[in-house]
Amino acid sequence: MESYDLIIIGGGPAGLAAAVAARDNGIESILILERDKDLGGILNQCIHNGFGLHTFKEELTGPEYAARFIAQVKERGIEYKLNTMVMDISSDKVVTAMNRQEGMIMLQAKAVILAMGCRERSRGALNIPGYRPAGIYSAGTAQRLVNMEGFMPGREVVILGSGDIGLIMARRMTLEGAKVKVVAELMPYSGGLKRNIVQCLDDFGIPLKLSHTVIDIEGKNRVEAVTIAEVGPDRKPIPGTEERYTCDTLLLSCGLIPENELSRSAGVEISPITSGPVVNDSLETNIQGVFACGNVLHVHDLVDYVSQEASAAGRNAADYILHGHGENAKQVEILPQGGVRYTVPKYVRPEEMEDSLTVRFRVGDVYKNCAIATYFDDQLISRRKRPVMAPGEMEQVVLQKAKLAEYPDMKHITIKIEEA
Amino acid sequence: MEIRELTCINCPLGCQLKVTMEGKEVVSVEGNTCRRGDTYARKEVTNPTRIVTSTVKVSGGKVPMINVKTQNDVPKDKIFECVRALKGVTIQAPVRIGDVVVANVAGTGVNIVAAGNVDAA
Ligand SMILES: Cc1cc2nc3c(=O)[nH]c(=O)nc-3n(C[C@H](O)[C@H](O)[C@H](O)COP(=O)(O)OP(=O)(O)OC[C@H]3O[C@@H](n4cnc5c(N)ncnc54)[C@H](O)[C@@H]3O)c2cc1C
Ligand code: SF4
Repeated sequence: MESYDLIIIGGGPAGLAAAVAARDNGIESILILERDKDLGGILNQCIHNGFGLHTFKEELTGPEYAARFIAQVKERGIEYKLNTMVMDISSDKVVTAMNRQEGMIMLQAKAVILAMGCRERSRGALNIPGYRPAGIYSAGTAQRLVNMEGFMPGREVVILGSGDIGLIMARRMTLEGAKVKVVAELMPYSGGLKRNIVQCLDDFGIPLKLSHTVIDIEGKNRVEAVTIAEVGPDRKPIPGTEERYTCDTLLLSCGLIPENELSRSAGVEISPITSGPVVNDSLETNIQGVFACGNVLHVHDLVDYVSQEASAAGRNAADYILHGHGENAKQVEILPQGGVRYTVPKYVRPEEMEDSLTVRFRVGDVYKNCAIATYFDDQLISRRKRPVMAPGEMEQVVLQKAKLAEYPDMKHITIKIEEA
Repeated sequence: MEIRELTCINCPLGCQLKVTMEGKEVVSVEGNTCRRGDTYARKEVTNPTRIVTSTVKVSGGKVPMINVKTQNDVPKDKIFECVRALKGVTIQAPVRIGDVVVANVAGTGVNIVAAGNVDAA
């Protein structure tokens, strides 16, 4: 069986940054496996600007951002296979993949990095009544059709869900000559960035209706009209608030879920909250030598954070390959409380961690004038005021190794939202 | 006196800004929590600009479409004109990031450039 020190599954921004970091930390034998015909992942279809503000201090488009990392991979001569679908990962790190030229291949790795990204929630998961006529697309599918294939899915559009992809597509389809009639959002707040609401909806006079949902879809062969209604605090439609919009297209922008079928069958423990692997400070899963980063780990709002996290995974995988690591290192669990939904990582090893560790998380609701508090057991360690926090934006706390060392008997770290 | 309402986009707080105008002059900005809101409001009511991104067809390339963008921001009211100027434009592969696709688009003085790489098939 052919073998590599490190096999990376997925050639999106996460896989690319992980590969570069692993090479720069001394790993020669690296292979990236990508099922698509190009490297770059989902960024190839994200043609709007705004990527890389944090990393490059420039507003790049998705393909421009991806191109920078693809260039780094190529400069380093890191090996990759395109059009290659990974079918299975075993718990002893044998990766089974398939492509046209080689058929089925089996590869032994010393370490594996999971970087498969995420996919969109489908309509099935949303439970809208009515027929299933043509003209219903997920926002990401529509994005791919318009931006990569030059095909316009429709002329008169209603969008359900105000996640960023839906907002971006409202502008994109408007610029391409479609009429976007309304964006309906179930929640009382938008899951998208403010910037996108202003520049994708307000700029074009597209109404955003918060606390609204689709209650009926008309049309047998093709969508003909969509009815939306306001919902109460219980998120049930309020009778008498129905509004009907004629349209030929309904886009669904209802969130993303990490793509973890492979991880599950390998025996990786998956968090029910993030739908991504449970990891420690080195982004290692419960299987030794199997790491995860990017959207497969948890859904990120900014690709800059994906790249940072993936570099850490690459460094840590390199360290594992070169030095192995201490068995049974002491682990401290991070407990999310009071509005913090989860943290990545979930476990910290005070003795093994890097000098500082960025813990990322999301909150469950909109919080104004609150603070993010970090406790080591009952001891308050840090408190940072935040004027506003929303579920759509990732938050973070940085833990210092030196500080953890002052609390050798610590049982838990708690991160919670408190009144400021 | 005219009053314009805006949402500041510079941070997640999204302050609702109230700009009072006297003709083309800004008299006051209210509702901002910090300086950036004030700067944003003044620019947004006097000279709002945006980067425009789109796609054009590529012939002889590995993929059929390529991402393009205005090299700098253009006046907001020129957005549609910029997109219209791209209708029917086809460029020949190979294309590299930064290649000029349409020069001086819609008389803005700004070029539309490639924002992706497409190799020849
Ligand atoms: C439709 C959509 C639109 C988005 N738009 C935006 C946006 O506008 N702005 C923004 O900041 N973020 C956006 N995101 C989030 C964006 O995906 C992330 O910021 C970033 O791309 C995540 O990088 P990644 O490498 O983790 O995942 P991805 O970019 O998704 O890359 C994962 C890669 O793994 C490959 N892969 C998966 N399974 C296998 C397998 N079994 N075998 C081989 N290869 C495999 C995939 O083909 C893909 O190339 C969007 C996400 C989606 C799904
Ligand atoms: S005014 Fe300041 S605090 Fe308010 S949204 Fe703008 S940048 Fe944020």
